[in-house]
Amino acid sequence: MSINYSEKIPNNVDLASDRTLQRALERWQPEFINWWGDMGPEGSNSFDVYLRTAISVDPKGWAHFDYVRMPDYRWGIFLNPAEAERKVNFGAHKGEAAWQEVPGEYRSNLRRLIVTQGDTEPASVEQQRYLGLTCPSLYDLRNLFQVNVEEGRHLWAMVYLLHRYFGRDGREEGDALLERRSGDPDNPRILGAFNEKTPDWLSFYMFTYFTDRDGKFQLCALAESGFDPLARTCRFMLTEEAHHMFVGESGVGRVIQRTCEVMRQNKVEDPEQVRALGVIDLPTIQRYLNFHFSVTMDLFGADVSSNAATFYTTGLKGRYEETKLGDDHLLNSNTYPVLQVQGEKLVTVYEPELNALNERLRDDYIKDSIGGVERWNKIIDKQGIPFRLTVPHKAFNRRIGPLSESRINPLGEVVSDSEWQARQDEWLPSAADRAYVASLMGRVTTPGQFANWVAPPPRGINNQPVDFEYVRFN
Amino acid sequence: MAAATSGVEIARQHLIDPEICIRCNTCEETCPVDAITHDSTNYVVDFERCGSSRCMACIGPCPTGAIDSWRQVDKAQPYTLDDQFSWDILPTQAEFAQADAAEIPTDVAEITAEASSGQGGPAAPPWSAAHPYLNLYSIAKPAVATVMGNHRLTAAEAASDTHHIILDFGNTAFPVLEGQTIGVLPPGLDERGKPHHVRLFSIASPRDGERPHYNNLALTVKRVTEDHQGRPVQGVASNYLCNLQKGEQVQVVGPYGASYLMPNHPNSNIIMICTGTGAAPMRAMTERRRRRRGQKEGGDLMLFFGARSPAELPYFGPLMKLPKDFIDINFAFSRMPDRPKQYVQDLIMARGSDVARLLRDENTYIYICGLKGMETGVNEAFHEVCGQHQMDWEQLLPALRKQGRYHVETY
Repeated sequence: MSINYSEKIPNNVDLASDRTLQRALERWQPEFINWWGDMGPEGSNSFDVYLRTAISVDPKGWAHFDYVRMPDYRWGIFLNPAEAERKVNFGAHKGEAAWQEVPGEYRSNLRRLIVTQGDTEPASVEQQRYLGLTCPSLYDLRNLFQVNVEEGRHLWAMVYLLHRYFGRDGREEGDALLERRSGDPDNPRILGAFNEKTPDWLSFYMFTYFTDRDGKFQLCALAESGFDPLARTCRFMLTEEAHHMFVGESGVGRVIQRTCEVMRQNKVEDPEQVRALGVIDLPTIQRYLNFHFSVTMDLFGADVSSNAATFYTTGLKGRYEETKLGDDHLLNSNTYPVLQVQGEKLVTVYEPELNALNERLRDDYIKDSIGGVERWNKIIDKQGIPFRLTVPHKAFNRRIGPLSESRINPLGEVVSDSEWQARQDEWLPSAADRAYVASLMGRVTTPGQFANWVAPPPRGINNQPVDFEYVRFN
Repeated sequence: MAAATSGVEIARQHLIDPEICIRCNTCEETCPVDAITHDSTNYVVDFERCGSSRCMACIGPCPTGAIDSWRQVDKAQPYTLDDQFSWDILPTQAEFAQADAAEIPTDVAEITAEASSGQGGPAAPPWSAAHPYLNLYSIAKPAVATVMGNHRLTAAEAASDTHHIILDFGNTAFPVLEGQTIGVLPPGLDERGKPHHVRLFSIASPRDGERPHYNNLALTVKRVTEDHQGRPVQGVASNYLCNLQKGEQVQVVGPYGASYLMPNHPNSNIIMICTGTGAAPMRAMTERRRRRRGQKEGGDLMLFFGARSPAELPYFGPLMKLPKDFIDINFAFSRMPDRPKQYVQDLIMARGSDVARLLRDENTYIYICGLKGMETGVNEAFHEVCGQHQMDWEQLLPALRKQGRYHVETY
């Protein structure tokens, strides 16, 4: 199968004259399309979707809107424009010229970083593949599909790096990215959160708010990399990641908006009465928030990690906004606070900062995610309802690292296993909560109409009206 | 920000809507002049830095549309960064006192009086019309617009050469409403060595821009090559405009027009009757309603549009694409080889019962725009329709005029 490179795969990596890369992609591209057909959005191949396609990296070129059938989406390969004279900005190689080829001694670590990042992209498409069947509006359906095709493009971005810089190993890793399956016990995706189900739209909004925000921080850290092609690839991916977090923040916000409107109009507060009116009660939203926040906490890895130290010292993965920080960018003598359970209590201990870089990125993430939760609280305040959403303690419900060995409640208190068992339904969505939310999931496909449990957005996409026909079924 | 005062110089300030923004940092990352910054609550835009560039590079990448927010402000007192950091919501648009109406140029006053004579002199605007800005830019101090597009609307085989011209005002505030006109000052001197007279053109785009939220507007301009009697003559302004290239600058005065404005209230119906470039205000009103279909703010739209043939009819293609339940379109073609001549008045009579139904509705507003010659025929058609449906046009017309429901602009 031959590919018209400049037309079908928009790129700024000179694909048309790179025969090696062409051969690798010619083999991989049909596999990707097969994977999309098998594991992409269910039953959607004939839909015309009003999508944004990146066709170049300048601001005008990467927001090109038109109706597209998703299998025909032009998954492009883009690197942010090169920064002249860029240096390695941290670690032992600080001040050397940034690497344009993979340094031999760091080859396997770099490959591992790229594969771990790349694996999350198809995983989320797999997790979300049935959501289209229960979309609350055409607007939301379009946003789901936009997220899906962009995750697909992020997979392309990572596979490009594997094919271009890692030879046979890279091609094999590229194939394996299409072979693992989210939630498959025999061949699961690499990270835990990407094997969880995304069974309903509240989960989807929470996932795009919390878990895609982890993507933002990981990409920001990789965008600081001394390996320049990785840095430039991730920098461009960040522009698309923003849309995913928008879907999450506005989605949860619209659910809250609708719930509060219904509570105020009907003067009810009791969750059972709220549910009787067909909207999602605020305590259930809090429990979903607790779940997605805690699962995402685990994505940052162990609190104390020698791998993280190695990635930093060798210049492969920096800190969030590394080049804006004012320290020595070596971190040999600094310490950083990390939590440990001692006896019945969480205590703060100070670890060498190099070993605590996962924890530091987690803390940066928490600060960022609290901002949006506070904006959700403003929606509740505006309706005059006395309820506040909060993010749980970062040690709550952990499954990775030393904290996973203790039971810790949302306030950060160590509790007994029996108390955990007795009260976990107060803190995390219960089977009944999930069943209730699932019971609301219908399919609304009339332009301008929205399911009862979610408010319309204040603006449409690309200045189109809210009742625009964002998806045409054929 | 200080309250509005008269005589201020108005500028458009670029802002970010804090209710919609998700603080993703894309705009700050994209901005080539570092005009965008943030604190722990809001992303904000520096008025001076952004204004000197106005590159729009941040607009496309924003995932939310929050970046596409604008307010007209006193140029001397824009919103500061601290103002913007403190916002939970965008401030409402401040009202600015308009310049003294006495400054309207004599040329403009004469043309306007002549054009609106068909409605019996100056008429009231619809009660629900938005408040217009008038005469913000004078001949002594015109605004400068840049041509962003100029293309021929009429088919290649058509005898008439009508252009769709998009003018962008950049950083200069030029607020307009559908139905208003602007004046164009052609460069150079006339045969007597004096500057050319100002020429007026109806705006063909809605109030929020030819492209929504951009500071631009569209004109529909027919290249004048003969006068009303068919004698060859080169229209100064129309030829100047039709020949403009993208990127060229144009001196513009106005806006003008406080009467020929559209109603905005729910269920307000609009009957539009036009020929040729008289389509401009109709396109503006129709597009305004189309963009706001979701708000359900208007009632029925009924259009009677006359031209020699489809090839001569500006916007024929886009009009054909509008949904039937949105607008009731009636084309009259007077020069079709295999068909009898048909004029807009013929169609008004043919659609008599629907027209009569709308005439009975006090929420119906009538707009006529085109060549002077159409007025009599249209008037007779309404007379005829009323006669057939137990109404008296001679009594209805003065009432319509008084209520701001009958508007004529002919040339």
